[in-house]
Amino acid sequence: MSKVEAKDKVKPAAPESTSLYADRQKVYPKAVAGIVRRTKWLILCLCLGAYYVVPWLRWDRGPGAPDQAVLVDMQNARLYFFFVEIWPQEVYYLTGLLILGAIGLFMATSLFGRVWCGFTCPQTVWTDLFMLVERWIQGDRNARMKLDQQPWGFGKVVKKAATHAVWLLIAAATGGAWIMYFADAPTVVRQVLTGQASTGTYFFFGLFTLTTYVFAGWAREQLCIYMCPWPRFQAAMLDENSLVVTYRDWRGEPRGKAKAAGMGDCVDCAACVNVCPTGVDIREGIQMACIGCGLCIDACDDIMGRLDRPHGLIGFETWTNLDASSRAAAPLPPGPERLKAGMAARRVPRFIRARTLVYLGVLATVGGVMLGSYVLRTTLSLAVIRERAPLFVRLSDGAVRNAYNLKLANKLRTEGDFALVLEGPAGLQVVVQDAPQDGQGRPLVHSRGDGISQWRALVTAPAGLHLAESVPVSFRLLDADGHVVTSTASVFLGPKP
Amino acid sequence: MSGIEKDALTGTDTTGHEWDGLTELNTPLPKWWLYVFFACIAFAAVYCVFYPALPLPGATGTTGWTARGAIDGVMAEERAKQEPMLARLRAATPAQIAADPELRGYALAGGRGVFSLNCAGCHGAGGQGAAGGFPSLADDDWIWGGSLAAIQTTIQHGIRNAEDEDARASMMPRFLADGVLTAPQVNDVAEYVLSLGAGSTDQPAAQRGAAVFAENCVACHGDAGQGNRELGAPRLTDQVWLYGGDKASIVRSVSYARGGVMPAWGGRLDPALVNMLTVYVHALGGGE
Repeated sequence: MSKVEAKDKVKPAAPESTSLYADRQKVYPKAVAGIVRRTKWLILCLCLGAYYVVPWLRWDRGPGAPDQAVLVDMQNARLYFFFVEIWPQEVYYLTGLLILGAIGLFMATSLFGRVWCGFTCPQTVWTDLFMLVERWIQGDRNARMKLDQQPWGFGKVVKKAATHAVWLLIAAATGGAWIMYFADAPTVVRQVLTGQASTGTYFFFGLFTLTTYVFAGWAREQLCIYMCPWPRFQAAMLDENSLVVTYRDWRGEPRGKAKAAGMGDCVDCAACVNVCPTGVDIREGIQMACIGCGLCIDACDDIMGRLDRPHGLIGFETWTNLDASSRAAAPLPPGPERLKAGMAARRVPRFIRARTLVYLGVLATVGGVMLGSYVLRTTLSLAVIRERAPLFVRLSDGAVRNAYNLKLANKLRTEGDFALVLEGPAGLQVVVQDAPQDGQGRPLVHSRGDGISQWRALVTAPAGLHLAESVPVSFRLLDADGHVVTSTASVFLGPKP
Repeated sequence: MSGIEKDALTGTDTTGHEWDGLTELNTPLPKWWLYVFFACIAFAAVYCVFYPALPLPGATGTTGWTARGAIDGVMAEERAKQEPMLARLRAATPAQIAADPELRGYALAGGRGVFSLNCAGCHGAGGQGAAGGFPSLADDDWIWGGSLAAIQTTIQHGIRNAEDEDARASMMPRFLADGVLTAPQVNDVAEYVLSLGAGSTDQPAAQRGAAVFAENCVACHGDAGQGNRELGAPRLTDQVWLYGGDKASIVRSVSYARGGVMPAWGGRLDPALVNMLTVYVHALGGGE
């Protein structure tokens, strides 16, 4: 057969009859009860509870400072987290937290699969909440499917409107809570409710309300499948020792009616598919749309329980164990013997392996660096910026003068006066513009609390003091007891000798 | 009829497109994604009506919004915010400004900007001056005076310009060019001037020059060469030389005279800005 003929054969007359765009297949997840579901409800309560309660926690920082425990103060460029107060130039702490978060996510995934997606991701948590509302108003899976197929009538309108109203209420509460992290919570809530908040506040309030409503009410699993980048590369974190939601095909196949002879434990009831929030069939194996929430485990255990068969046809399982079970069960016909042999072949998963140790190492290193840098963080720092135009000034008597801009950053809320001392060649005289002098004639610079104080220092080498073209000097600040608080190096420049 | 062909390996539909035996799997995009794309196109069309989007003259959109107009609006707002402070700076004298920490801080910050825009061209970004008659403002040597009042007068009226009647003015004679002194006399007086500061290498000439100096120069530069700020006659005993302190430069200065020109800024800058500049220049390091 020639190539041309083959092509003609496989290419029918109207090859363009397929659509490049697909309608969304709406998912109607069925209610389910079980240990995984209970765990998910618990985590949901903890996450939402923390989200709503944290902005209301107070933390006394003294007068003039916000007393909100967790606050991102954009206007004053400060980030407050209980006893931690971060300036904009210390945003690397935030970067460090993001790195810790990312590596933590990698590690959790390599150990237990997509537990983040299935249990704690905000998209999952809020979608769960929205589905609860939906089920509460419109009924369970079958009722909802029926309702959607019904023509529009009074009852349907009331049910749909009530659902969306409650969703919008939750979404508004979500958007409202987000704002509370960026402004004093009691104040901003009062302002929003009385219509006195700024346009910007209302904008972000509206934006987060809208995104919550659209993502949790309408987009749901579409967000995970089409928008989220994480499912696309999570496979790189999984290996044969990761515990992931798995259908034990060696036990379930061949699937068939419970009373039929020679069949596996799967009765093909589709309970696992019906409860799935993303509408996948776990029996097809690990797949991108599976968020690893484990609700199919509860659904299947329920069915197995009713059939007096052991739980665990679907469970958290590693590829290694699945493979070992399959090998052990292969020669045996379906039945209790096969189940026993398959389960006996399993081993405790290897949690400690090169991959998890590397993640652990990175976590410990980044965490250690962050902790170290925070503990060693100075609350008072002196920046010395030498003026470069002019490099130096020659005075009328032949003396040479350099000018320096001093920036004294004080991260504490206490003010202070510090004596400025110049360490360098003997004979250099230092004067700070506008600064008083202490008893020993040293310039006394004042540092304001929680801010940067600027001073301009003039350092003069009198005529006759012959210095090199560039000599190192060091500016030191002494406290009232004469202890060096901080010290910064610079240079003193002069003409070529 | 089923026109859709399936990929044998994956069981997925193909798009029906084939390039040299390669076929493309059809993994359809959700329809709403397409609708979002259409919505963006619709948004762009509406945007083009209201805002300037078409590269055509006069295509400004029905709102009349322009980026330049927006900037002008912001600038006007900022100027309005500055106005109360500028009014205070206008009403105060430089001495009053320097004594008030709030005004002084504002004047120093604003003066830096005004200086960069108007003065740095000749006097340098940090007031370091430039060769050829542009004095350093950061040193302690002042031709016309370094007090706040003197600096303000100099900025306000300028030096030797034709635009301001009150400009600081003085004229050094062109001693050689106008035949007042002979070349040897100029040489001698230059040696004498050197002897006042850095030191002369030709003592006899310097001694001869002392007499020439006493006859021709003391009226302005003082009997000891200490200078006279009233006349803008620089001090000759120090180590700061506007036109060079070597002998050749001094000979040239005596022979053909010097006299820099500075514009009057009173008519160009708001009085508040002149006051800010005064305080800023005074704080550069040489203020008296």
